Amino acid sequence: MNKIIATLVQDNLDEILVNWKELMKEDSEERFFQIMSQSVIDNTSREFAELMVSNLLEGENKYENRLNIFTSKVVRFGWSISFVMKAINHFANIVYELLETEKIIVDENIKEYNTILTNWITPMRDGIVDTYAKTWERTVQLQKIALQELSASLIPVFDKISVMPLVGTIDTERAKLIMENLLEGVVKHRAEVVIIDITGVPVVDTMVAHHIIQAADAVRLVGAKCMLVGIRPEIAQTIVTLGINLKDFTTTSTLQRGVEQALAWTNRQIVEVEGN
Amino acid sequence: MSYRSSVEILTEWDIVAARQLGRNEAKEVGFGTVDQARITTAISELARNIYLYAGKGKIEIERISEGGKYGITIIASDEGPGIPDVRKVMEDGFSTSGGLGAGMPGVKRLMDTFKIDTVVGEGTVIKATKWIR
Repeated sequence: MNKIIATLVQDNLDEILVNWKELMKEDSEERFFQIMSQSVIDNTSREFAELMVSNLLEGENKYENRLNIFTSKVVRFGWSISFVMKAINHFANIVYELLETEKIIVDENIKEYNTILTNWITPMRDGIVDTYAKTWERTVQLQKIALQELSASLIPVFDKISVMPLVGTIDTERAKLIMENLLEGVVKHRAEVVIIDITGVPVVDTMVAHHIIQAADAVRLVGAKCMLVGIRPEIAQTIVTLGINLKDFTTTSTLQRGVEQALAWTNRQIVEVEGN
Repeated sequence: MSYRSSVEILTEWDIVAARQLGRNEAKEVGFGTVDQARITTAISELARNIYLYAGKGKIEIERISEGGKYGITIIASDEGPGIPDVRKVMEDGFSTSGGLGAGMPGVKRLMDTFKIDTVVGEGTVIKATKWIR
């Protein structure tokens, strides 16, 4: 019976594809049909159809291989998962209708054919969802790593002075990282002044403030001073309204002022050299 | 007429999502940057409380208007343990989690109106409104 369906699909592939594309166009807002060139649409559709058929005929291994290749291709196209699911549904429906009009499915064997169709479609869906999920998981994982790399590095800018620029949202995990890097860096660079720059932190709520205060306390314990710079006007206002006490901190509006202050603390200053 | 959108709070990153939603809404309603920061910070505090104490809940942002005034209401609701002593929570410096204890009183100061409904063992609903001046 599998063979019958497969042969039927293969013999009527062109007609099926035309119907399928028509259905997909009607049904989806996906930009795929508007953006992609006709040849790309034709090729992918054909590939899609061939994959659908290959599932009916070939052994497990080969199919899985092809499914992997196909899904990764689809993922690269940027098809949404709902689009792919629709594609499979429409394809199955068209084939079913075709089987009916060709009188291959009759009242006596309808149950059997239904089972075959279900066994045909379900693993395909599972496989595609699986591949999508894996791709997403991988992307999230990579982005997490990328974020961590961006996270919190302590940069020695002058002798005894280091800067930690913070960019983006600070969550618990990052706060821990900030603390670790800060302390490690202070010891490693023999910093006497550490400047924490929060220009790039979008929101300073009590938790963020709490973490910064803790980090500063810890820095003090290893014998360095901590300065908070890059406090934007609106952040300054919310900090005051929240009632967060930063009195123990030296704070400045910009990193530049912070560096000047830090140099002053270490008995240095920047002077202009007279040109020749 | 009101327009409401919401974010479920399940993980720490949902706090960021709620904040983002709040910022966008505040911007669209027409708040200035300082008030945007206030609203965003308030949402951050409320969402974090849900995450820390209730585990899961919801932040809803409602656009409101009344007599030609426009504003935003933040509704933070959860089915967590509830707050046994509301007065204590509203005191500066009170915290059960080792934090700064500035969150709840801070939110009250950041917003124009602040209302808290809590039943121990059933959950908490906090409504806070900010109007455009």
